[in-house]
Amino acid sequence: MTTRIDTRFAELKSQGRAAFVTYVMAGDPDPATSLEIVKALPKSGADVIELGIPFTDPMADGPSIQAAGLRALKIGMTLKRTLELVRDFRKDDNVTPLVLMGYYNPIYIYGVDKFLADAKTAGVDGLIIVDLPPEEDDELCIPALKAGLNFIRLATPTTDDKRLPAVLANTSGFVYYVSIAGITGAAAADANAVGEAVARIKRHTRLPICVGFGIRTPEAARAIAEKADGSVVGTALVDALKNSLDAEGRATAKTVNAVAELTAALAQGVKGAQQAAE
Amino acid sequence: MNIAKPNSYRSGPDERGHFGIFGGRFVAETLMPLILDLEKAYTAAKADPAFQAEMNGYLKNYVGRPSPLYFAERLTEHLRGAKIYLKREELNHTGSHKVNNVLGQIMLARRMGKKRIIAETGAGQHGVATATLCARFGLECVVYMGAVDVERQQPNVIRMEMLGAKVMPVQSGTRTLKDAMNEALRDWVTNVHNTFYCIGTVAGPHPYPTLVRDFQSVIGDETKAQMQEIEGRLPDSLVACIGGGSNAMGLFHPFLDDSSVEIFGVEAAGHGLTQLHAASIAGGRPGVLHGNRTYLLMDADGQIQDAHSISAGLDYPGIGPEHSWLHEVGRVNYLSATDDEALAAFQLLSKLEGIIPALEPAHAIAKVMELAPKRPRDHLMVVNLSGRGDKDVPQVGDILRGKK
Repeated sequence: MTTRIDTRFAELKSQGRAAFVTYVMAGDPDPATSLEIVKALPKSGADVIELGIPFTDPMADGPSIQAAGLRALKIGMTLKRTLELVRDFRKDDNVTPLVLMGYYNPIYIYGVDKFLADAKTAGVDGLIIVDLPPEEDDELCIPALKAGLNFIRLATPTTDDKRLPAVLANTSGFVYYVSIAGITGAAAADANAVGEAVARIKRHTRLPICVGFGIRTPEAARAIAEKADGSVVGTALVDALKNSLDAEGRATAKTVNAVAELTAALAQGVKGAQQAAE
Repeated sequence: MNIAKPNSYRSGPDERGHFGIFGGRFVAETLMPLILDLEKAYTAAKADPAFQAEMNGYLKNYVGRPSPLYFAERLTEHLRGAKIYLKREELNHTGSHKVNNVLGQIMLARRMGKKRIIAETGAGQHGVATATLCARFGLECVVYMGAVDVERQQPNVIRMEMLGAKVMPVQSGTRTLKDAMNEALRDWVTNVHNTFYCIGTVAGPHPYPTLVRDFQSVIGDETKAQMQEIEGRLPDSLVACIGGGSNAMGLFHPFLDDSSVEIFGVEAAGHGLTQLHAASIAGGRPGVLHGNRTYLLMDADGQIQDAHSISAGLDYPGIGPEHSWLHEVGRVNYLSATDDEALAAFQLLSKLEGIIPALEPAHAIAKVMELAPKRPRDHLMVVNLSGRGDKDVPQVGDILRGKK
């Protein structure tokens, strides 16, 4: 089975460049604006979209993404409406890979089988579920693979060579390397350390490796893109969105553009990267 | 649901940390190697007689164990039913049962060479116990506490600071215990190399529910021996309050296979079960939070709901996974007591026995007030008096004066 993710990474490989992966929170600051933002991402240079599923208790996220989730929840965002957002996005875009990222409980409560069927129908390509390590693969990972969705695993600085095979065993689409031990939006990633980690993971898998956490600027996105198959930026985009809101946290005329402009600048950074020869 | 009755209620969890469908290891990959290390270290420590011997020494001479099993004569006379015994965990050093578990975890942290200890706390009892043992062993201590709880449990905040701990008020989410736990997990994920997360209750990812239970089981083990000595037999019933459920699990676990013993857990019903409360079993359903599957308070979308209890230590929207399992297999009866019932029990015990209980075990006393009168005079009922009420005196004083 080939997903939009596989197709996109194959294209990028033939072009000799890394992917620019963007993260935004579904429903932030409201469902209509959020849809406009998601639509603007590919047009501004995003190669892959990660869409956050809002959750009250995002244990691996820093203050920016926590606040984004709470803004979305406050306005009534749910997992069901997140899937509707994906369906609406797919009306105009049938090629950009879209990955849902979040925590397990909303999916568990929605019902795993129903969720997978509805996600596939809506046009979701993959899942990144932060609190499902390989030890819990029976919960969602294996069913997702059977349903034709990629299950993208996080590898971290604490995932040693002994553990990597277990982490990679049921991973598909790409590997998401978390560049720092920490939460989203915290410390900056060191490109050289990232390069070593990517090389280490490459010894265990042929999947593309995207790197996220701590990448905020076009320069940083470029430095990482020179060491990996993709740079992921989330918190910086969420912050740009937040800074465009009015005092009550509502979208303004600037909101969609604020995210789109930063996306374009970051995409330029990634596209300027000189990829190391394989 | 049809659930098979196990041969023993004490054999769990399985090697993946499951009690039936509950428990497990739902954590970010960054933490997974750490909890596997912890499991390995705990297994080795359990098998090492020197570890147990060292712990027993501190339990006796530092904590002050065994805690008395005290016949509450005037409470018994007042309720005109079961003979009520109080397991006096409030007499432990630091004023609650929390110290039993913290001692065990700090000994483990020392074996693992960890120099920095983090903890979450609700009422502050676990935070105080952690700060105390960190002071005793010269370890750095950071305690996460919801900003709401910092406000309502000032005496404990001051105690922690005096003991050298850094108290971090948590402003995210509902600013109570669940958010303190989120923040502690965020700290742990950031400081993986030198930090030991000392969880205060029988929840979190495997192996925490098991190791906290094991460290707290000293309560039930002592109760069994003491009751044998005083009355020459097993008690007929056990009652304990439940937030996460560590004092309850510590009392219950050694008795789970004694089928003659009725067991009651008491959740916090807050303003009442149809309003804001913290009774996960009475008002929740199975979900996944903080590393384990268990009964949780949540909405139709799986978003975690605010818990409410007058008692900061019970103000948590979940419960330990082994309790969820004991509920589903029907071994333990889970009841709940409201804020008002707990306040009444707080006053009753203070006046009849000269013991000011913490608001947490006041919930257990509240149900004893209902259960005991319906039992015969020769019925032996043990209630876990898990903490003393000093920390609650300012808050309860304000409420009572406001009512007058």
